[in-house]
Amino acid sequence: MADIPKDLQYTTDHEYVKATADPAVVIVGITDFAQGELGDVVYVELPRPGATFDAHAAFGTIEAVKAVSELFAPLAGEVVDVNGRLDGEPALVNTDPYGDGWMIKLRVGAARAGLLDAAAYAKHVGQ
Amino acid sequence: MADSASAPVATDSLKLTPFHAIHAALGAKLVPFAGYEMPVQYPTGITAEHKTVRESCGVFDVSHMGEFRIRGPGALDFVNYVTTNDVAKLVVGQVHYSTICYENGAIVDDCLVYRYADHMMMVVNGSNKDKDLAHIKRYAAKFDCTISDDTDDVALLAVQGPKAQEILQPLCNVPLDPIGYYHFTTGTCAGIEGTISRTGYTGEDGFELYFPAKHAEKMWNALMATGRITPAGLGCRDSLRLEMGMCLYGNDIDDTTTPLEAGLAWLVKLSKGDFVGKAALEKQKAAGLARRLVGFTTGERSFPRHGYPVFADGAPSGTVCSGTMSPTLGIPIGTCYLPSGLTAEGSQFEIEIRGKRVPATVVKMPFFTNASHR
Repeated sequence: MADIPKDLQYTTDHEYVKATADPAVVIVGITDFAQGELGDVVYVELPRPGATFDAHAAFGTIEAVKAVSELFAPLAGEVVDVNGRLDGEPALVNTDPYGDGWMIKLRVGAARAGLLDAAAYAKHVGQ
Repeated sequence: MADSASAPVATDSLKLTPFHAIHAALGAKLVPFAGYEMPVQYPTGITAEHKTVRESCGVFDVSHMGEFRIRGPGALDFVNYVTTNDVAKLVVGQVHYSTICYENGAIVDDCLVYRYADHMMMVVNGSNKDKDLAHIKRYAAKFDCTISDDTDDVALLAVQGPKAQEILQPLCNVPLDPIGYYHFTTGTCAGIEGTISRTGYTGEDGFELYFPAKHAEKMWNALMATGRITPAGLGCRDSLRLEMGMCLYGNDIDDTTTPLEAGLAWLVKLSKGDFVGKAALEKQKAAGLARRLVGFTTGERSFPRHGYPVFADGAPSGTVCSGTMSPTLGIPIGTCYLPSGLTAEGSQFEIEIRGKRVPATVVKMPFFTNASHR
């Protein structure tokens, strides 16, 4: 069973949104379910800090051995930080998707529409 | 996140190998392949499975492969007629790689040919088995032989890796060390009688074990009881074979390519007697090849995949045949066909990776040169 932490929010595209100490900044990554489906991640292409994205816009690409997928911004916002470790250690997405395998920090507005809670995401992936 | 690569679609008509329940119990990711539901990886993951085979020992269920046994006084001549390599050169206990061609020289399939004392065996791709059988049967009437499709009765495990011999030897009743690369013997492994063949599709030393499907579970359990053999899926089988520059039917070769174009001229013995495709291949050789299969690498982190467009001298030149991020070398590797004048080592061309053209460089195959096969 894929790990779906109760305290995160999710998208139907399998990204998660994690709150930080700064209420305007969220951490974005892909879920444990998603990394399991993708298999071994070999490359994660991320935007530069300062880039802005609309909600649902592609902000990067994730390449696994067997498949390549785009990464979609769960909310509109500006990238304030990216996880540089993924450049050398892309497998962190597999081993610790909610921790060291995070992808970007996004400065977002107050609106958090369209996100799923853990229960709804679990249902979405059939768990 | 959303998949942009095609995901396999399960159907209800898939066949199962005799190891299917074992794969499922191990938590393998099962996908349709060659008409079978096959393990693409176990929970260990493709990269770790790849590394295990390069460094130690892994086992692949490749029971989807087709086995034809050809018997009768004309068996050898028949197999020699429907394949391009010279079967008459095989001694009993030897096996070689070969191709089956159409009259026009295009490849029906690639295969292994085994010479036993009293019969021949052809091992073909599972996905092509029915097509292959129909094709070769068309030529059988001229020869005094019978062809049986034994696929469903045969289990096939490939035990691959530099430690394969030392791990398998205690289970076998025949000495493995004297078996040369691309040679085989009959004997028992785990008490089960079968063919022990020093062959594989990984570049590593190792053995392919052909034995009755009814003993599948007993064999698997005996291999696992050694504690030193890791189950490995088709995912790493693909990256292992590509690192060695070995062709995959459906990617690198198919019924639109000839063995000469695919760099498999060493399998085409034009000096032997007549064989299916000979006239066309002679003609192609004399006229010169318009294109050749090459290996390449790129300086990108994003890697080329099957089907991505190729541009040579700015003009479209087909698509990427095979491509992956080499787990051993840590660089993108791939194959494609290029016009003959542009295939020299170091030649530059372009690949379009999701809308962006990136430079690629022709490199010599195999990509990985330190494999343990002997």
